[in-house]
This record gives sequence, structure tokens and C-alpha cells, in this order.
Amino acid sequence: MRRPLGWQIATVKAIAQETAHVKTVTLALPDWTAHRPGQHYDVRLTAADGYQAQRSYSIASPPERAGEVDLTVERIPDGEVSTYVHDVLAAGDGVEVRGPIGGYFVWEASTGGPLLLVAGGSGVVPLMAMLRHRAAAGAKIPARLLYSSRTLEDVIFRQELDSLASRDGLAIFHTLTRGQPKGWTGYARRIDQPMLAEVSRPLGTAAVAFICGPTALVETAANALVQLGLPQERIRTERFGPTGT
Amino acid sequence: MPERFVSRGFTGKRERAGAQAGRVPPGQHLTNDFPVLSAGPTPRTDLGRWTFTIDGLVKASVSWTWEDFQRLPAQGFVKDISCVTKWTKLDTSWRGVSMDTLFEHVELDPRAVALVAWCDGGYTTNLLLSDVLNGQAFVAYEHDGKPLAPEHGGPARLVVPHLYFWKSAKWVRGLRLVDKDAPGFWESLGYHIRGDPWKEQRYTDD
Repeated sequence: MRRPLGWQIATVKAIAQETAHVKTVTLALPDWTAHRPGQHYDVRLTAADGYQAQRSYSIASPPERAGEVDLTVERIPDGEVSTYVHDVLAAGDGVEVRGPIGGYFVWEASTGGPLLLVAGGSGVVPLMAMLRHRAAAGAKIPARLLYSSRTLEDVIFRQELDSLASRDGLAIFHTLTRGQPKGWTGYARRIDQPMLAEVSRPLGTAAVAFICGPTALVETAANALVQLGLPQERIRTERFGPTGT
Repeated sequence: MPERFVSRGFTGKRERAGAQAGRVPPGQHLTNDFPVLSAGPTPRTDLGRWTFTIDGLVKASVSWTWEDFQRLPAQGFVKDISCVTKWTKLDTSWRGVSMDTLFEHVELDPRAVALVAWCDGGYTTNLLLSDVLNGQAFVAYEHDGKPLAPEHGGPARLVVPHLYFWKSAKWVRGLRLVDKDAPGFWESLGYHIRGDPWKEQRYTDD
């Protein structure tokens, strides 16, 4: 008999600043369940008069870390929950959450690969859970991450990604779309089909792809991978943000 | 019973909802954007090969080409929509064919209680007949006076505005009448079988 997905009061164990606009909140969960990398939690805030607001945030940590999860949250300037998380929430506070949620945009070492990950901005968060899980599980499945950020300072998990990339079978490619430091040797444009062709070629068309980021990036990347011959049922997407004009 | 949990220092941006608050289901917030959510790549279907089919528990199945479908009586409608990812958008404007109009072209088997909407790209969703008849559901091909964009489900999508928007299947190609309400794509992956936003039926056992 399956349990209903109930709300629980997690305790903020730590908050870490990742970039100027991104923080990671480590939550200790009284009723922890191992998640599948790619899943999210719902967060519910309640004001003293009963007013509530809810949002979903991707889990950044691997399921191998028992009892707690990291939710990595980008501050949306006119937001309601992300601004609270950034501006008010502190270690020791309680936060009402439920999860883990989501059963499609998930990857486990047992799923196999090769694994192609494509991220834009904070879309890297659920993919980070996959890469951390891959490392924790000691999986040698070939994996490649193509990660688009505005500037080097906006790259979330930069140092950890660097150290993960030195491990067996994982290659990481950055593209910086708004500005590049002197001597930058990575990509310097929005993700396009030639870039995806270069990055994905060594994995072949047997790869399973996960794309997460703003809609325009996800549309471009998913269409490009279809054009490059990846079967559409092996391309999984998660999108956020408006469609633009 | 413990007292209700209160988030320290949280007041909320409730002024955004304002007078429209009564139109926003619990746990939802208003957006003026139209976010795109899909599980995979956006399918592209040549209108020359597009058909829309009703089959399953009907006396005789029926299928329309794109041209035929355009000749069916269509109507404009304006509805509030709510996505399970927590956004609600008010007064969205559509044009399409009511499910009632489509069902005038088939004779339902008395055993039919539900339908499976199936789509290009392999997506499916389940709907009770009682949730789609009597002006509750449409196959829409225009949004905001323009042909429906592919990323929003064009050429045609379901619009079932009283349920969470994953029920409003994008790229819909047919309805299969069935005698049992069985889970579709998201409904098999932890989401609620029916998805009423006002009852906050987000996940399986909500």
C-alpha cells in the first residue's frame, strides 16, 4: 500500500551561497525517502494568517546522502518563495515540504547510458543530482554535460563540476553567453546544433539525454538532438520560464 | 494535533492576487507568462498527414483530416488555466471545437466511461466522460487569435480548463473511448488520476 505524499516540517541545516543569485538550502527531513536523481520537492510557506504559497524546487544532492536533501534555489527578483528562501530563511528554521516528486525526468546508474546532459542556468540543479549520484555510485557510464551560463560567475557548482570532470568517463563543456574571461577557451554563444553535435558525437545516438533550462534553450537543444538522430523517446526535458515573444 | 505550522517571517506577495484571489486555486500563484512544460521534444506534424480520430467503445470510429476538422463548428472561449507546477493564468483565449460537437459524430457504447487522449510524441492522458461533456472540454487550434504554436501544443491540443493543465494534452491526435478510467502518462508517474485544482489533486493520493 502506497503512502500518500504527506507534508513534513524539515529543518534548515545550512544555507550556502552558490552564486550571486543562487543559494543551496540543506534540509534535514524527519521522514526522509531516497529520491531518484532529477526529482523535486514542493515547498509550502504559511503566513501567520494562514495565507500560503507553494513552489517546486529540484533536488541537487544525491540519494546516497541519507536523511537530508539540498534544494538549490535561484532568486527570482519578483518572486514570492525564492525571495523568502534567499532573504529570510536561516539555519534552524522549519520549512514545510513534501516529496520526492516526479517520475520521468529521472536518471539512475541502473538506467544506463551513455548520458548526455544539457543545462541552462539553474537548470543544472537536477542534472547535478544525477552527476553526484553517478559519482557516489561509482558508475563509469560515459557522461557529458553541456552547461550554458551567462558569465563564469553565474556557473553554479563550478568547482565541484571541475573536480567531478576529472573522474572516469565524464566530460563537461561550458558555454558563456554574456561575457567571457580573458583566455576563455570554452564556447561563447547560445547552445546550437553544431555545438550539440560536437559535444554529443562521442556518445553516439544510443545516448539518453536530459535537458533542463529556460524554454528557448530546451526547445533548441531538444530539436537539435532530434535532428542529430537521437530518438525522441530518449530525450527528456524539463523547462521553466516564459516562452518569450 | 500540532498547531498549524507558520513560516517564520513569511507574509507573502498576496497583493498580486488582489481581487482575483477567488479565481486562484489553493497553492497556485498568478502568472502573466505562458510557461511551456513538456516531457520531451516538441513534435512536428505535417498538416497534410494530420488526422483526428475518435475510436474505441463507439459504434463506428470517425476520423477527420485537418481540412475536415477546420470545417467543424468552432467557438472562441476564454478560461482560467492552472498547471500542477503551481502557476495559474487568468482569461486565456482560445478557439476550437467543443468535445460535445465531436461526440455528435459517434455513437457511444454504453460501457464507455472514460477516454484516453493520445498525441504525437507518445503522450497520453485519461479523462472521465463526465469531465469532458457539456461544454467542459475542447480541441483548440488557436490561442490569442493566432494558430497554436508548436511548443504550446499546435497544431491542436485539448483544453480542459477545470482540471490541471497536464490533462489538456498537447499535439492531440485522437480520443479512445474505454470502459475503465486507467492512468495515462503523468497519471502513471505519481500524478493524480483526475487532477482537480480546486481540490488540489496534484499527486496520486491527494
